[in-house]
Amino acid sequence: MALRGDWMYENNGGTCVAIAGIDYCVVAADTRLSVGYNILTRDHSKICSLTDKCVLASSGFQGDIRALHKNLAARHLLYQHQHNKQMSCPAMGQLLSNTLYYKRFFPYYAFNVLGGLDNEGKGCVFTYDAVGSYERVGYSAQGSGSTLIMPVLDNQLKSPSPLLLPARDAVTPLSETEAVDLVKDVFASATERDIYTGDKLEIVVINASGIKREYLELRKD
Amino acid sequence: MELQRSMVDGSVSMKDSAKSEISSERTLYPYVTGTSIIGIKYKDGVILASDTAGSYGSTLRYKSVERIKQVGDHTLIGASGEISDFQEIMRYLDELILYDKMWDDGNSLGPKEVHNYLNRIMYNRRNKFNPLWNSLVLGGVKKGQKYLGTVNMIGTHYEDDHLATGFGNHLARPILRSEWREDLTFEEAVKLIEKCLLVLLYRDRSSINKFQIARITDEGTTIYPPYALKTFWGFSHFQNPSKGAAGTW
Repeated sequence: MALRGDWMYENNGGTCVAIAGIDYCVVAADTRLSVGYNILTRDHSKICSLTDKCVLASSGFQGDIRALHKNLAARHLLYQHQHNKQMSCPAMGQLLSNTLYYKRFFPYYAFNVLGGLDNEGKGCVFTYDAVGSYERVGYSAQGSGSTLIMPVLDNQLKSPSPLLLPARDAVTPLSETEAVDLVKDVFASATERDIYTGDKLEIVVINASGIKREYLELRKD
Repeated sequence: MELQRSMVDGSVSMKDSAKSEISSERTLYPYVTGTSIIGIKYKDGVILASDTAGSYGSTLRYKSVERIKQVGDHTLIGASGEISDFQEIMRYLDELILYDKMWDDGNSLGPKEVHNYLNRIMYNRRNKFNPLWNSLVLGGVKKGQKYLGTVNMIGTHYEDDHLATGFGNHLARPILRSEWREDLTFEEAVKLIEKCLLVLLYRDRSSINKFQIARITDEGTTIYPPYALKTFWGFSHFQNPSKGAAGTW
């Protein structure tokens, strides 16, 4: 049984979303942990606060996700000891990419969105695949419900085309409360049609005054 | 299926011997296994329950296997899956607790810490393609804080108010989701657990009618002696089972 390579991964499901604003960033993920057609637990957080200005949400294989989060938190602690300051969000973005690619030939089965404030205090979101390719965007969704959510975000957040010159900002002009309402809406919709998304939604908002956490009940079926 | 092949077929094919260099050093499939563990939090602490069977494939080889053990002062661990790997895990954990006690500094590892250590061990073995083939439930109380967590052979871990492994996940958890409450007394909790154990006895082929319940509170740990539950086979559906379909069994 262990001679085949498929036993060492499983997909524990779930969806993660992040939206960047002018001076804030919203990162949200559902709290359902599943395997196959079973729900393991309804109250498991997929979000890790790495720094005061940087929050990581991951969906995929929970064992790898936890190891990845611990890895980054440990690296951040080392950085703080060596540099006497916290890592910036773009710096953490690069570190995450390198960490993922380091295991290119035995990947972390984790689909990540990193959200936070950049060095100028503007919202930034980085979106990743499982082996570390990443880009800075205005908003992103990853995980089992991402295909349901991304088109809605594209529609609502009216991001300018990356082909336009001069380069236009991808962050949304929406206010913080409007962005949080949008996140609640898209998750409610994704919960309807994605069996792996539901139970509870954890919303984290990062702005100049710090990190705020909010919860919303979702459908449990 | 693999179990029967390895036990009955003594010959080694060319393909096998080529792979045996790599595969002789790791767990390929479980041999002697334990079935479900159930764990719930109740008012004063945490209760773990299991049967005492050790199956060798479809043979009921061992009938008095203690699958719930104490780890330090604040934790109980229950294991399903390969029994020898559970014994290996107990060696790891006993060593952990021993070194902790040797500091003799008044501190002791609580269930959260033991669970975290165990998570890292299970994940590390999975990364080396040599897993400890178990699903484990860890329960404990430290300074009034109740804790119940689980980890499986690939390192997936989570906590909840009630947990089960194996068949228990399918059969016991729905009962617990419906009937568990925060303020269960010990007697109510045992009744709820016995309800789940009975369902598992009826429906899980590898379970036997010999159960063990263990309780942990701030006062201490008790692993009760094994006992049997009363079963009822007089359901009308069980009478004349072939009535509706001739030739069935």
